[in-house]
Amino acid sequence: MAVQDVHFSVRRIGAVALRHLYLMQSSWPRVVEMVYWPTVQMILWGFITLFLQNNSSFIAQASGVLLSGVLLWDVLFRGQLGIALVFMEEMWSRNLGHLFVSPLRPYEMVASLLLMSLIRTLIGIGGATLIAIPLFHYNIYDIGLPLIAFFLNLIIMGWAIGLIVSGIVLRYGMGAESIAWVSVFAIQPLCAIYYPVAILPSWLQPIAWALPASHVFEGMRELLLHHTLNTAHMQWAALLNVLYLGIGIAIFLGYFHTARKKGLLLQVGE
Amino acid sequence: MTTPLVADDHVIEVTGLYKYFDQVCAVNNLSFKARRGTTTALLGGNGAGKTTTIAMLLGLLLPTSGQIRILGENMLQHRYRLLHRMNFSSPYVDLPQRLTIRQNLTVYGHLYRLPKLKQRIEELAEALNLSKLLDRKYGQLSAGQKTRVSLAKALLNEPELLLMDEPTASLDPDTADSIRTYLEQYQQRTGASILLASHNMAEVERMAGEVIMLRQGQVVNSGSPQDLIAEYGRNNLEEVFIDIARHKESN
Repeated sequence: MAVQDVHFSVRRIGAVALRHLYLMQSSWPRVVEMVYWPTVQMILWGFITLFLQNNSSFIAQASGVLLSGVLLWDVLFRGQLGIALVFMEEMWSRNLGHLFVSPLRPYEMVASLLLMSLIRTLIGIGGATLIAIPLFHYNIYDIGLPLIAFFLNLIIMGWAIGLIVSGIVLRYGMGAESIAWVSVFAIQPLCAIYYPVAILPSWLQPIAWALPASHVFEGMRELLLHHTLNTAHMQWAALLNVLYLGIGIAIFLGYFHTARKKGLLLQVGE
Repeated sequence: MTTPLVADDHVIEVTGLYKYFDQVCAVNNLSFKARRGTTTALLGGNGAGKTTTIAMLLGLLLPTSGQIRILGENMLQHRYRLLHRMNFSSPYVDLPQRLTIRQNLTVYGHLYRLPKLKQRIEELAEALNLSKLLDRKYGQLSAGQKTRVSLAKALLNEPELLLMDEPTASLDPDTADSIRTYLEQYQQRTGASILLASHNMAEVERMAGEVIMLRQGQVVNSGSPQDLIAEYGRNNLEEVFIDIARHKESN
């Protein structure tokens, strides 16, 4: 029954995604968890915004700045977490050995992780954005087409971090699991989510500008406050993302190769 | 079963294989061949290098040096092409617990890009007495049922080479016997080759045409179970195993 081998199979990528969709289908707490935190964050910042609107002329000018920041930051966070959690799910279930004695290529595994991260992020953030409409009369979709550019740039940055984290967990074991939860917060203060890059000390600003997220959030504020889309910010974010995603994939595949040298694919587990 | 690419009598050819984990040598200049259409057993005590060898044959583990040819092709160069023609079963490597048997087999069937997948799953479930369990979660199964599911997963692509690590570990004698019988029938029907690592000497005596005895990552003896029993002047393979493990010489 041997089948002709192909180097890149959409069916194999879909198979890994299907495995995680089955898992989501069988476990409603997993789906609730995806929507829960983005919604809690959105509600918290929604009320803070309502309070500030009565006390700050700046916020009154653009009440969506804080809520947009919260929701778009979660795109990055959920994108990163989506990759890491889906990969760690394979480690928790001790399934990597079976997966990689099938013809699944490591880069197809990467593609599956990206696909599942996209699905999980859309479910999580999608739920929160819809709840924000009746609750705070705030519709992030009013941003229009630029929202797609913001979303893509942020999720790709999340993917890059998620792939690096997954590689580290594969290489160093489940003891490194907590990195998946905390790593992205190390760069959060530099991403200019709630304040402009100019607020940062001058020596930190070049580092902030090296992050795609900073360009996205600066672009978002310009759009919401001045109704202009600064395409240079989007171009910089996209360019940096190409670089970081390439580095993320290279690091993940590098650690995967190390795992094959050290026999980690059969040993990993809870 | 597809026609072998090379008209060669050997399904596995391992030459000068070494595997070091840092300074520890797990496999030490290992060379052996396994004949096509037969069952070959890798025997050895704990830490003899059986699982390490199987992991290298599957490409899960990269050798430090040496050559592995499977079905006439270089494993390291043509791994993915070969993986379509082989499979692996082990009670020590789990399948996802929260997925049903049908879901697990569906996922793996797609990974092998199998045609008529639903039909194939029904056939295997029928053959391995899993039909009534297909919609039960893998995590809810008994050890014997899990072993049968692992075997069903390993047979999905009707492999020409099946590698098995302790195929009947933790099974009751009745279930273990039915698994062995199924494997023998599968081999007769398809002409497949089996390489198994086992500590169950009765199983090896029954199934294996050739036995390769390992100690400290090296082949210390090989031959048919009957030849080895005669060579060591023993009554059964278990006694031969103990002799070899305790470094006693053959007659």
